[in-house]
Amino acid sequence: MVAVRDIIITGLLLGGVFALVSVGLSLEYGVARVLNVAHGEFIMLGAFLTFWLFSSVNLNPLVSILVSGVFIFVIGWFLHSTLFRRLMDSSPSLEVFEGQSMLASFGLLYVVQNIARLIWGSQTHQVLFLSRTVTGAQIPLNRLVSLGVVIVIGGAFYFFLARTRMGKAIRASAQDPTTAGLMGVNIHTVLAICFGLGLAMAGIAGTLISTVYAIQTNMGLQYTVIAMIVVVLGGLGSISGAMIGGVILGIVSQLVTYFQPTMTFIAYYAIFIVLLLVRPKGIMGK
Amino acid sequence: MRTTTFTRTRIVSLVVLAAIFVVLALLPTFYHGYWITEITDILRYAVLTVGWVIFSGPTGYMSLATAAFFGLGFYIAAVFNGPLPFVLVIIISGAIAFIVAMLVGALTLRLRGVYFAIFTFALVLLVNSVVLEVERLVTGTRGRFVEQESTNVAYWAMLIVFAFTLVCAVAIRRSRYGLALQSIGEYEEAAAHSGINVVRTKVLIFATSAFFMGMAGAIIATRRSYIDPGIAFNMNTSFLPVLMAMFGGMGNLVGPVVGAAVFTYLGDYLLSHIPDLFMLIFGVVLILAILFMPNGIIGLAQQAWRKIRGGGGKQLESEPEGGRRAPAGR
Repeated sequence: MVAVRDIIITGLLLGGVFALVSVGLSLEYGVARVLNVAHGEFIMLGAFLTFWLFSSVNLNPLVSILVSGVFIFVIGWFLHSTLFRRLMDSSPSLEVFEGQSMLASFGLLYVVQNIARLIWGSQTHQVLFLSRTVTGAQIPLNRLVSLGVVIVIGGAFYFFLARTRMGKAIRASAQDPTTAGLMGVNIHTVLAICFGLGLAMAGIAGTLISTVYAIQTNMGLQYTVIAMIVVVLGGLGSISGAMIGGVILGIVSQLVTYFQPTMTFIAYYAIFIVLLLVRPKGIMGK
Repeated sequence: MRTTTFTRTRIVSLVVLAAIFVVLALLPTFYHGYWITEITDILRYAVLTVGWVIFSGPTGYMSLATAAFFGLGFYIAAVFNGPLPFVLVIIISGAIAFIVAMLVGALTLRLRGVYFAIFTFALVLLVNSVVLEVERLVTGTRGRFVEQESTNVAYWAMLIVFAFTLVCAVAIRRSRYGLALQSIGEYEEAAAHSGINVVRTKVLIFATSAFFMGMAGAIIATRRSYIDPGIAFNMNTSFLPVLMAMFGGMGNLVGPVVGAAVFTYLGDYLLSHIPDLFMLIFGVVLILAILFMPNGIIGLAQQAWRKIRGGGGKQLESEPEGGRRAPAGR
């Protein structure tokens, strides 16, 4: 029973981070229509910014959540309002834009990953932060903290979407960009904000990951794949679906890791295949 | 769609093509040096790119599984080359890639394009971890030694596979399947309504394209002495053919070959001179290519040619995207 309890708790903790990563990707794809293959690279960037601030000026990782969040948001905003906006204007249809923007994000993947490698090299790093365990269950404190951060950010984001004018504009643009534009929503601004927010979530997730796991400049791709599976699991473009999917995948991951760590990825894929066969729309898909 | 009228330009280009092949085939008999290896590498990417374009060009379904099929061939060659003759190994590699692609295609090609892209994207990592797992359970090793073939044998094998790929690509484009793929890319529902078995066509052509990728993998593996899954299933092998096809242009088959040649040469040059910046420059070039040349080099050349000839009255043919102008059917 102790094993089951630990699996569920650690699964929930990991699932929180997965959920954050996936909500970010869901914003990028669901609203801004960019299937961002470089999503994981911004997780890496957030993680390394945290590491860099931690090791040079001994900045508390909880503070660098703000730094990496804001910094990467600005990068996302800039990328969307230059690169992706231009692509969107020149593409004859949405399908073409999706293809083109995915390819452009491959380019981003190479660029970001290699810049990071030039700066930080390809060895493994670690941020040692709150790694003592709390009494009772053998759960490191940093994992609990990161779950807390995820819950706070998730709640804030939900409030933002549900209650503010900008949130309403985002929801409208997700449903139908053209009509939202006709209703007076500045569509390019909204999409740029969504893309920026998506990347910022990846960056924050990176900060949290860096406090728990060892980080490397080539760590991004696996998180991109996980995020993509979660987003399909939850339903393409559905924010709440991405949250639920993240938690499910987190628990599955811990369950499989408990028995046979090398099988983790195969298990993800098995879920993915079953889902595509049974319910291709995803859990919360329309 | 494309009628086979033998105009004079067509005959001339066929003769030129045949001449190039003869020269390439005889090259190792009078030349021994670096370019044999380089051309083998170029042909490898040309096979992968043309193979990718056969399916993804007309349909617009973006496959990112090239590395999975290439890697399968790679690994099969490592296991079987030596005990079995090289020719047989190449064919087996292609066949296994074909079967795996059939399964993957049957699972995912009923779904919308994005699912397919995501699924194939993750497939590379899946096949990688399955191979690792099988190795762990069965042989208890990680990585293998490969029975090598000589530079010239690999070169000729790659040339033959390349010629075979090119002939098949042309044949498919001209056949009913080519037409069916084109119409699937333009409007899938309309294609289904006009009597095309959409799923079967997609799965069959997808598997065929994997066949070529598997064969290329088997040949390249024999140029190495040692491989492991990380080398075999490198994600770049999935991205590079897409990049090369985009760069060259997908409207015809010359584009992908030109793209492969340019990028492979450029890549090898950069890799040997500035290895640290190699992939960075690649990424920048990719982004610039998408932004400024959506129709590729060949598209640019055609545009320039039309301007030179002054045929201003005749507008661009409406297939520069390689048939990717599908209506947003959602």
